[in-house]
Amino acid sequence: MRWKLPFSPWHLLLMPLALIFVLPLVQMVLTSFMSSAEINQFPPKLIPTSLHIEGYRHLFTETKALRWFANTVIVSGIAVVSHLVLCSMAGYGFARLRFAGRGIAFVLILATVMIPIQLLMIPTYLMFARIGIVDTLAAAFVPWLASAFGIFLMRQFFLGLPVELEEAALIDGCGRWRTFRSIVLPLARPALTTLAIITLLWSWNDLLWPLVAISDDSRFTLQIGLANFQGMRRTEWSQLMAGNVLATMPLIIAFLVAQKRFIATMTFTGIKG
Amino acid sequence: MAVTFAVTPRSQSAVPAKRGPRGRALRRGLTGWAFAGPATVIVVGLSIFPAVWAFFISRAKWNGISPATMVGWRNYQQLVQDPDMIAAAQHTLILTAIFVPGSIVLGIVIAVALNQKIRLIGFYRTCIFVPYVASAAATGILANFVFNPQFGAANDILRHLGLPQSQFLENQHLAIYLICLILLWGEVGFTTVIYLAALQDIPRELVEAAVVDGASRWRVFRHVTLPELRPVTIFVAVWQTITAMQLFDLIYTTTRGGPLNSTQTVVYYIYELAFQTQRLGYGAAAAYLLFIVTLVLSLGVILYGRRRGSEVF
Repeated sequence: MRWKLPFSPWHLLLMPLALIFVLPLVQMVLTSFMSSAEINQFPPKLIPTSLHIEGYRHLFTETKALRWFANTVIVSGIAVVSHLVLCSMAGYGFARLRFAGRGIAFVLILATVMIPIQLLMIPTYLMFARIGIVDTLAAAFVPWLASAFGIFLMRQFFLGLPVELEEAALIDGCGRWRTFRSIVLPLARPALTTLAIITLLWSWNDLLWPLVAISDDSRFTLQIGLANFQGMRRTEWSQLMAGNVLATMPLIIAFLVAQKRFIATMTFTGIKG
Repeated sequence: MAVTFAVTPRSQSAVPAKRGPRGRALRRGLTGWAFAGPATVIVVGLSIFPAVWAFFISRAKWNGISPATMVGWRNYQQLVQDPDMIAAAQHTLILTAIFVPGSIVLGIVIAVALNQKIRLIGFYRTCIFVPYVASAAATGILANFVFNPQFGAANDILRHLGLPQSQFLENQHLAIYLICLILLWGEVGFTTVIYLAALQDIPRELVEAAVVDGASRWRVFRHVTLPELRPVTIFVAVWQTITAMQLFDLIYTTTRGGPLNSTQTVVYYIYELAFQTQRLGYGAAAAYLLFIVTLVLSLGVILYGRRRGSEVF
């Protein structure tokens, strides 16, 4: 007779792993509702004994967190909208239209994928300083207006669409732009969703570039606001955790709501990236 | 055949000719650039042009204000002897050497586990993927809290296990390995998702045939599943190498290179050089060096994968 577990042995691996991944985030949320006295105890408590909102109150009164949040929403919002518009147009152009310089333009775009941010940040900073947009929100979002990845993603998608539908529209006298807007784009919804999610993830979580480009604390994004605030004085953990909740929850909630789409997006980055 | 047809942009032929051939070509060019132009200008203008400029900066001594002096290759010569640069390179290599294999092995193991048809699998999946959407900045701040030597949860766990308390990120011998661990926590969701998709793409007949032939579960995994995962592994290895070589966010929000410079990475050093001490030329040279090393490493991984791919095991 063989001894047998009453459940699959995989649970023995997955349960502890799941807890390791999710408990710190749970602790983050719970700690944001604790009083400072309770946080500074050892052994630490996971569950607060009473609910405190001082963390949030201090965060909103003593720092410009609401402003940072708004800035992050603006930067990411512009990044996503601009990516959707410009990359889908360019993707369509490269997939369907023939024009002088198309080949060289596309090769140049592909080449940019290799160039890392740390190489670009010094000249880009100098460039932005010269045109006077350093320390403005524009400095944070201009590099996010379009990306090689986005153009490539949309081009691949359009290459996979059959052209017959468009041809019919074109023969009926529908212009290129109208064909694109009213026939091609509605079909591209899955690719556009993928592009929107990936742009949102990357622009919302970006740290290094805004850190370089922005030093005025009313123009901070949440990420640099929190990163810089943390070192400034005696750490008040409830406040920091409240800020962390503000910085992570929008994306975590979006992830929980649209988990399938997120996972498809991550997979896509992996397979096509 | 259908695919080839779809890929060929032959729709132009269907447009009724309204003008002469030259006018049409011009119109076509304008339409093409109207579609592709804006994004192309932004992407190329914000990367090719700065990348070329960065090369000229890297051959200068410049603080960004007073006129630059061209110094040829001197910045590069100095860099390879700079003890801070060598230390930063070592830390970055340690990180890469642990993080890349770590995220591959963990990714495969977790993906295999998540591919089982057992209860609670949706719950496990969600838990394991969630940290990936949290920013590195937030992850770093959270790690400071969990690994706080005075009241952090990590020390509480050590206490329960009967182990001595630790200074964690404030211990210069331990900090870099902890950073690795924190990075894995944040990034393993990504490799897992990719491996999970790859596992689900393996044709079922392949596995079933091996089972029918009497292969044990381990042998099926070793000789059927793993070889099927190889192309994905090459991609993951390249992607994670780039992630590790360019690590900055997590360092900035946890140790800021400390204690005693023990976690200073190359990108963190570049940031300090360029934006704290205003040594733009020297910083740009370091950035170019890192770029080239990363490129060589990535190509190495790809070539190694190709060569292994041609062998049968």
